[in-house]
Amino acid sequence: MLDGRGRERMTSRINPAFWFVAPALSVIVIFFVVPVAASLLLSLTDFDVYAVASRANLRFVGAGNYLRLTHEPLFWVAFKNTLYFVLVAGPLSVGVSLAAAVLLSAKLVRFQSVFRTLFFLPVVTTLVAVAVVWRYVYHPRFGLLNYALSLLAIGPIDWLGDPHWAMPAIILMAVWKNFGFNMVIFVAGLQSIPDRLYEAADIDGAYRWAQFRYVTLPMLAPTFLFVAIITMIGYFQLFAEPYVMTQGGPAHSTLSIVLLMYQEGFRWWNMGHAAAVAFVLFAVILVLTLVTMRLRVREPVASGVVPR
Amino acid sequence: MKRVLQVVLLYAVLCGAAVLTLLPLLWMVAASLMPTGEATALPPRLIPSSATFEHYRTLFARLSLWRYAVNSALLAVTVTLISLLLNSMAGYAFAKLRFGGRDRIFQTLLAALVIPGQVAMLPLFLMLREIGVINTYWGVIIPGMASIFGIFLVRQYALSIPDSLLDAARIDGAGELRIYWSLVLPACTPILVTLAIFTFMGTWNDFLWPLIVLTDDRLYTLPVAVANLAGEHVQDIELMMAGAVLTVLPVIVIFIALQRYYIAGIMSGSLKE
Repeated sequence: MLDGRGRERMTSRINPAFWFVAPALSVIVIFFVVPVAASLLLSLTDFDVYAVASRANLRFVGAGNYLRLTHEPLFWVAFKNTLYFVLVAGPLSVGVSLAAAVLLSAKLVRFQSVFRTLFFLPVVTTLVAVAVVWRYVYHPRFGLLNYALSLLAIGPIDWLGDPHWAMPAIILMAVWKNFGFNMVIFVAGLQSIPDRLYEAADIDGAYRWAQFRYVTLPMLAPTFLFVAIITMIGYFQLFAEPYVMTQGGPAHSTLSIVLLMYQEGFRWWNMGHAAAVAFVLFAVILVLTLVTMRLRVREPVASGVVPR
Repeated sequence: MKRVLQVVLLYAVLCGAAVLTLLPLLWMVAASLMPTGEATALPPRLIPSSATFEHYRTLFARLSLWRYAVNSALLAVTVTLISLLLNSMAGYAFAKLRFGGRDRIFQTLLAALVIPGQVAMLPLFLMLREIGVINTYWGVIIPGMASIFGIFLVRQYALSIPDSLLDAARIDGAGELRIYWSLVLPACTPILVTLAIFTFMGTWNDFLWPLIVLTDDRLYTLPVAVANLAGEHVQDIELMMAGAVLTVLPVIVIFIALQRYYIAGIMSGSLKE
């Protein structure tokens, strides 16, 4: 005879929900959560090409890899380059997206969906393929960009060959590739602003700019926050653009953190060292995400406006 | 009059921006059709003097591009089908079935979205090497079989299925699997289409992980092959552009055909707080 508790345990053991959740959760735990935790352990060892051959060569080095990073010039170069990319390409992307969204949402515009599709196309393209295309757009002699600039009597600029211009070139391409994504989110945010707010502003005689500044921007604040966070997280993971266009050069001017991790880990098999690089990246993203999320609390904003 | 001027100005700006946005893609297509050497003509040409498909022929005949295209398609379709099944099951359970710790597990999963995938890559590589799937298709497929974002997307959508509908089916004696298969899946079709597009495109476009896992060039996906060709054939601009067109074309066609679902997916994805 089963008592109440026993029967309950029986039914909970065969809870069908388990069979629905278990496959996906197992995949995520085994192939994501466990490796992330293992990565932390890995970063505390001197796992290198000898350890790949035999685990007997593996030693625990504590915070050694992290300490090494603090006085390793190449890491700081990669760190600064990545920060440069995030801090310039991020705001630029968001700004261009917002401008495009505001233009698209203007009451006078018809064919809105056609323009939206066109602006969105670069987002779905394969990054590697368009990076190859842009490599030729940036060609110092035959490239379209230098040709256009020469008509304005500027240049020629060796976009990908000059350490000062290589990162701006990658930033320009990234903005082109990505602005459509945030634009779509901003368009939805703009649509969710009630017309009566603009009507009220009209009665008050507010000018266009004032309307934008005091109605549109505050109402878009939650959208802004979301867009800022996903853009930042994405941009910190810069990899394929420098890999294809510059290989991190010239003179390491486009070496990013993930590219450094890739080279250290998968080219030289310094996996302990590379894991430390990866964890620093994670820590930076985490801290900046939390800081950005806190900004929301300070901002006195009409809440509850979320893109539909 | 002022209004007319505004409209003209607005369209001028929009059309200008659209042309600038499309220019690199249009040039890519044009250059891929140019006779060898014409893409490096000065001043740069935007239209081929005479269209030729010789570079596409070279890619298929000499550089076995078809093999990379088959690899890409095979991997993208397999990952999409498997992850669609696993994510929809889990997403439905998180939305509608009761089990201990459900909401806490779901919150934890969402929080894990902030972890960049690269952090897992080094141990994942060693792990997959232990089980012997490095340098096989499985090395790409296995980690893609389920995703937190996919579970989230399905869960948000499945929340709107009325409980009464599910309970009615249970009273009629339908099993849980039956309910999932013939009630929940049809009800979730729009979000499943969205998720399928995201997953397919994500896998098709992915670069870093296939680059790490697939070392044998017979297994390369299109992006890995194109990046590789770009190193070897720097001078053959027209050839490279043909390779880029073939890589980009499938995703652009899918996007244009199904963009309604794609855009809707971004919207429901951006709902997350």
